[in-house]
Amino acid sequence: MKFLVCISNVPDTTTKITFTPDNKEFNKAGVQFVINPWDEYALTRAIELKEAQGSGTVTVLNVGEADTEPNIRKALAIGADDAIRVNAAPKDAYFVAEQIAAIAKEGAYDVILMGKESIDYNGFQVHGMVGELLGIPTVAPAMKLDMSGNTATLEREIEGGKEIVEVNTPFVASCQQPMCEPRIPNMRGIMTARTKPLKVVEPTGEGARTSVAEYALPPKKQGVKLIPAESAGELIKLLRNEAKVI
Amino acid sequence: MSVLVVVECDGGEVKKSSLEVASYGSQVAQMLGTTATAVAVGEATEANLAQLGEQGISKVLYDAEPRLKDFVNGAYTKLIAAAAEKEGAQVIVLANSNIGAAVGSRLSVRLKASLATNVVELPKNEGGSFTVKRGAFSGKAFADVVLTGDRKILAVKKNSIEALHEAGKTATVESFSASLSDADFADAPKQVVMQDQAGGVLLPEADRVVSGGRGMKGPENWHLIEDLAKALGAATACSKPVSDVDWRPHHEHVGQTGITVSPNLYIACGISGAIQHLAGVNSSKVIVVINKDPEAPFFKAADYGIVGDVFEILPKLTQAVKELN
Ligand SMILES: Cc1cc2nc3c(=O)[nH]c(=O)nc-3n(C[C@H](O)[C@H](O)[C@H](O)COP(=O)(O)OP(=O)(O)OC[C@H]3O[C@@H](n4cnc5c(N)ncnc54)[C@H](O)[C@@H]3O)c2cc1C
Ligand SMILES: Cc1cc2nc3c(=O)[nH]c(=O)nc-3n(C[C@H](O)[C@H](O)[C@H](O)COP(=O)(O)OP(=O)(O)OC[C@H]3O[C@@H](n4cnc5c(N)ncnc54)[C@H](O)[C@@H]3O)c2cc1C
Repeated sequence: MKFLVCISNVPDTTTKITFTPDNKEFNKAGVQFVINPWDEYALTRAIELKEAQGSGTVTVLNVGEADTEPNIRKALAIGADDAIRVNAAPKDAYFVAEQIAAIAKEGAYDVILMGKESIDYNGFQVHGMVGELLGIPTVAPAMKLDMSGNTATLEREIEGGKEIVEVNTPFVASCQQPMCEPRIPNMRGIMTARTKPLKVVEPTGEGARTSVAEYALPPKKQGVKLIPAESAGELIKLLRNEAKVI
Repeated sequence: MSVLVVVECDGGEVKKSSLEVASYGSQVAQMLGTTATAVAVGEATEANLAQLGEQGISKVLYDAEPRLKDFVNGAYTKLIAAAAEKEGAQVIVLANSNIGAAVGSRLSVRLKASLATNVVELPKNEGGSFTVKRGAFSGKAFADVVLTGDRKILAVKKNSIEALHEAGKTATVESFSASLSDADFADAPKQVVMQDQAGGVLLPEADRVVSGGRGMKGPENWHLIEDLAKALGAATACSKPVSDVDWRPHHEHVGQTGITVSPNLYIACGISGAIQHLAGVNSSKVIVVINKDPEAPFFKAADYGIVGDVFEILPKLTQAVKELN
C-alpha cells in the first residue's frame, strides 16, 4: 500500500511569536522550525501500518522552500522511504491543497495522512480540500486508524464524543493523539536518511484564494489581581460583581 | 445575493455556537444590504428553528431526512452547497467546529470560494476588499485575512461573537430537500459514541471551565474539581500530562495539542501554565489561576489568582459559590 504523509514545517511550540516591523510577515529570525506536532502522528502511524502489512511505501510531502529540508530529512530518519518537496512558499491552504492533490493523483497513493491542523496557521482545512479535489472521503480529526485490506476503520473526534467511520482506499485522514506514540529518529535512521531520495518539483494549480494583510499580537493582560488564600471566597464575589462571568 | 448560515442542532436544540454563527451571519447580511438565511443540520424542532429570528435570521431551510441527524461529511456538504446555490449565497458562515470546518473546507473547493477558519470578528468590506480577523499561531497572534474569491466562507470561532437576542422575532421554516442519494451517505459513521459529560456540560461549548493539572496529585482528588464545576455549571478539563497518565480522559486535554477552548471563565488548578497549555486557553475572557508557587508562569496570563494549596482553596470556592446561589 502506498502512503503519502503531508508534513508542515512550523515554528517550535515554545516560540515567542513576533512579526516584521510592518506586521506583514512572521519574523523567522532565530526561530527553530519543527515538523508540525500533529503530523508526527500521521508519519508514525503510516510507518506502523506499512510495517504491519509487510510491504508498501511511505512518502513524505512538504510544500515549502529549501529551508524545510532538514525537517524532511528528519521524517526520512524517522522511517519514511522517500520524500517530495514542492518548491514554493505555502501561500494559503488552498494553494497547499492543490499541490498535495496533484502529487497524490499522479502517484496514485492509497492513503493520504495529514495532521489535524498546522500549529502556525491553524487552518484545519487542507485535508478537507484535498479530499474534495480528489473526490474521495476525508476523515478529520482521526484519533485511531486501523486497516484491514483496503478498508480503514477510524475513530473521528466530534464535540462530546466520537464516531466510528469505515472508508475504503483511497481516502484522506488527519491525525491526532492518541493514535500512536510518535517515533523519534535513531542513529541508524539518521544515517540512512541522507541517501534516501528527496525529489523537488515545481508547483501547479490556480493559486491562493486568500492573503494576509496584517498580523497582530493579542492585547496584553492588565496584570493579575491576587486574592489572599485565607479569603478565597472573595474571588467568587469578584467573579460575579466585577468580572461578571458567573 | 444573500448570506447563508449553517446552524448545527443537537437533540432538537440549536447549539450555542450556532446562535453565535447566526448572529454573525445576520450582521454580515445587514452590512451587505441583504438577508440571512439559515440551513439547519442535525436533529432540530421547527419551534427552535423559528426562534432563530431572534438572531436576525429571516428564513430557515431544513431537510428532515433522518439520516442527516448525525454528521455525514458528503451529505452535509451536498445539502449546504444546494442551499447556497438556491439562495445565491455570496457569503457562507459556519461554526469553527469539527463539523463546520470539515464541511467548510470541502465546500470551498466545490463552490470555488475563499475560506477563512478560526474567525474572531465581523468582516470589513472596504475599498473592494473583504477582510476578516482570524486567530493564528495557536492563540499567540491574529491575522487579518483578505478573501479574494467572489464567494466567501467563514468559520467563526466559538465565543468570539456575542449572540443577538431580539425577543419575539421569528424566522419562517421551509422544508428543503437536496435530493440526497445513498452515495452521499457512503461516509456515514457506523456508530456514534457520546461521552459521559461530568455535570452534563460539553467542554468545547462550555461557558465556564474548571481545569486541573499535575498539582492535583492524582485522579482520586478530582472530586474537588468536579464539585466546583458542578456548582458553577462548568465543564471540566485538564493539562496534557494528566490525560497522558490517564488520570482523566483524553478528550478533556486542552492546549496546543489538545482542544482549544475560549470560555468566559477558565479556572486553572495546579497547572503551571506552560506555553503549550496557554495556547489552548488564552482566548478565555477571564482566567483564574490557583497555584502554590507564586512564580508559576500561569499567573502572567491570569486575571485573578490565588497563591495557595488547591486542596484547601477548592472546597472554599465551591462553598462560596453555593452560598451565592
Ligand atoms: C512565512 C510564512 C508565511 C505564511 N503566510 C501565509 C498566509 O499568508 N496565508 C496562509 O494561508 N498561509 C500562510 N502560510 C502557510 C501556512 O503555514 C500553511 O502552510 C498553509 O496555509 C496551510 O496551513 P493551514 O493551517 O491551513 O493547514 P491545516 O489545514 O491546518 O493543516 C492540516 C495538515 O495539512 C498538512 N499541511 C499543511 N501545510 C502543509 C505544507 N505546507 N506542506 C505539506 N503539508 C501541509 C499537514 O499535514 C497539516 O497537519 C505561511 C507560511 C509561512 C512559512
Ligand atoms: C510539543 C508539545 C506539545 C504540548 N502540548 C500540550 C498541551 O496541549 N496541553 C498541555 O497542557 N501541555 C502540553 N504540553 C506539555 C507542557 O509543556 C507542560 O509540560 C504541561 O502543560 C504541564 O502540565 P501541568 O501544568 O499539569 O504540570 P506541571 O508543570 O508539573 O505543573 C504543576 C503545577 O502545580 C502546582 N502545584 C503542585 N501542588 C500544588 C498544590 N497542592 N496546590 C496548588 N498548586 C500546586 C505546581 O506549583 C506547578 O505549577 C506540550 C509539550 C510539548 C513539548
